[in-house]
Amino acid sequence: MQTPVATKRDMPFSQLRGEPSSVVSDDAPPKIKIRNLDFFYGSFQGLKSINLDIQEGMVTAFIGPSGCGKSTLLRTLNRMYDLYPGQRATGEILLNGRNVLDPDQDVNALRAKVGMVFQKPTPFPMSIYENIAFGVRLYESLSRADMDNRVEWALRKAALWDEVKSKLNQSGLSLSGGQQQRLCIARGVAVKPEVLLLDEPTSALDPISTAKVEELVHELKSEYTIAIVTHNMQQAARVSDYTAYMYLGELVEFGLTDEIFIKPKRKETEDYITGRFG
Amino acid sequence: MSDSSVLYRKRMRTNRAALILSLLAMAIGMGFLAWILIVLVYKGFGALSLSLFTQPTPAPGSEGGLSNAILGSLMMVGASTFIATPIGILAGVYLSEFGRRGWLAPATRFINDILLSAPSIVIGVFIYAVYVAQVQHFSGWAGSMALTLIAIPVVVRTTENMLNLVPSTLREAATALGAPRWKVVLHVVLRSAQAGVLTGILLAIARISGETAPLLFTALNNQFTSFDLNGPMANLPVVIFQFAMSPYENWNSLAWGGAIIITFGVLCLNIVVRTLFRKKI
Repeated sequence: MQTPVATKRDMPFSQLRGEPSSVVSDDAPPKIKIRNLDFFYGSFQGLKSINLDIQEGMVTAFIGPSGCGKSTLLRTLNRMYDLYPGQRATGEILLNGRNVLDPDQDVNALRAKVGMVFQKPTPFPMSIYENIAFGVRLYESLSRADMDNRVEWALRKAALWDEVKSKLNQSGLSLSGGQQQRLCIARGVAVKPEVLLLDEPTSALDPISTAKVEELVHELKSEYTIAIVTHNMQQAARVSDYTAYMYLGELVEFGLTDEIFIKPKRKETEDYITGRFG
Repeated sequence: MSDSSVLYRKRMRTNRAALILSLLAMAIGMGFLAWILIVLVYKGFGALSLSLFTQPTPAPGSEGGLSNAILGSLMMVGASTFIATPIGILAGVYLSEFGRRGWLAPATRFINDILLSAPSIVIGVFIYAVYVAQVQHFSGWAGSMALTLIAIPVVVRTTENMLNLVPSTLREAATALGAPRWKVVLHVVLRSAQAGVLTGILLAIARISGETAPLLFTALNNQFTSFDLNGPMANLPVVIFQFAMSPYENWNSLAWGGAIIITFGVLCLNIVVRTLFRKKI
């Protein structure tokens, strides 16, 4: 994955931000293209004309003060907002070139491709094994042995296998908070999605568990495209390749994480990152 | 310093007062419950014997038991529970999980609440008018129908309340894996609320086990042992009602025995079901 990083660094900023450009890139197209995305909670507009590209095999972080719309943006990518009446999105979100906001889009199939991990650990009220097998069974029918392998594989990916291998039949609720969150990540990874959305995945965790989850993000990005919302700026700087700074529903600045943190182009971004605002 | 200690002592006094008041409130509630149970055991214990379970209700002055009434109550309460549980749970699931949009859910919830608080005698009269009067005879089925109508709203209410307590993040987490709505509800939401839903069913069983008024109009009574839900059926509440008001001593004593059987039957059911389900995750 080293080569694309090098080439992405050479891309003009306007192109990274997803602005229309006359230059046709020879690069691989972005995994997700967001175009003129507006989002409404009833009559309140939560997102205002967002344009953004999320690159394949990269970690993209969304930062900004509370209520700026970063979680909202994440929840449009798998259409989680569909669960709630009165919430709607307009514009385009192209995943592999197909608009996921299309009413014809099968949302369950979409969510199988775009997994999500939430702020609070949400283990299902079943055994550790079943927590992982539940999602896999939705779209694949594996033999018992294959399922065992898949569960082990996912738990290893989430760096949890050694801690739980002797108690797979115990309730997922019996684990500690940090373990529960890694179980949720394992559950998300087990269905082999293409994109993984992490909504403040470490905000309820202690520093050690946080470090484990961050290491995990590092390892997972070679196979998955990851978008992460975080309130922790150091975390964004540590784990992400690209960073988007949002404020009041607008995308203020988007670019390579190094650039955003070292020499942001916009004064607002600099103020937020340096702690003078927010 | 002295200021804070005055404040501190005031807080301690308020705390003690609140504690005493709440203990008092608990003592009143528990006291009456204990009183009821003590009287029940004191009066009914003498009536407990094997013949209570093996012999049918006797004529005044002769020996007998309550076997026909126990059988009738078991059959009617069982049939009602069997019918009311799926209807109640499904309706509760609809209200909590699927009825977010539109007018149907609020309307159903409103009507259900009215049914929940409807006097049971009204339900008895209703079944009498629409079923018993049409077929021209009292029957166990009519009794079961009346009990079902009483049980359904209890199950609906508790199921909806318990499902509403399941955090929405859990629904979102299951949905985020690509699970269709019905799987989310069945495997995740209902499963997390299972203890609560079960409590609702047990509450409904406890409630209908003791209902007398609706059975007076529907199942009536039967001096003999009957397995036929299509004919009049003996049942504990009506037998207790008739025997307790009678001047015959052996009937009075059987009424106390029946009261003990209902009370401890419901208690045992509670304990058994709860221990069975506690082992599962």
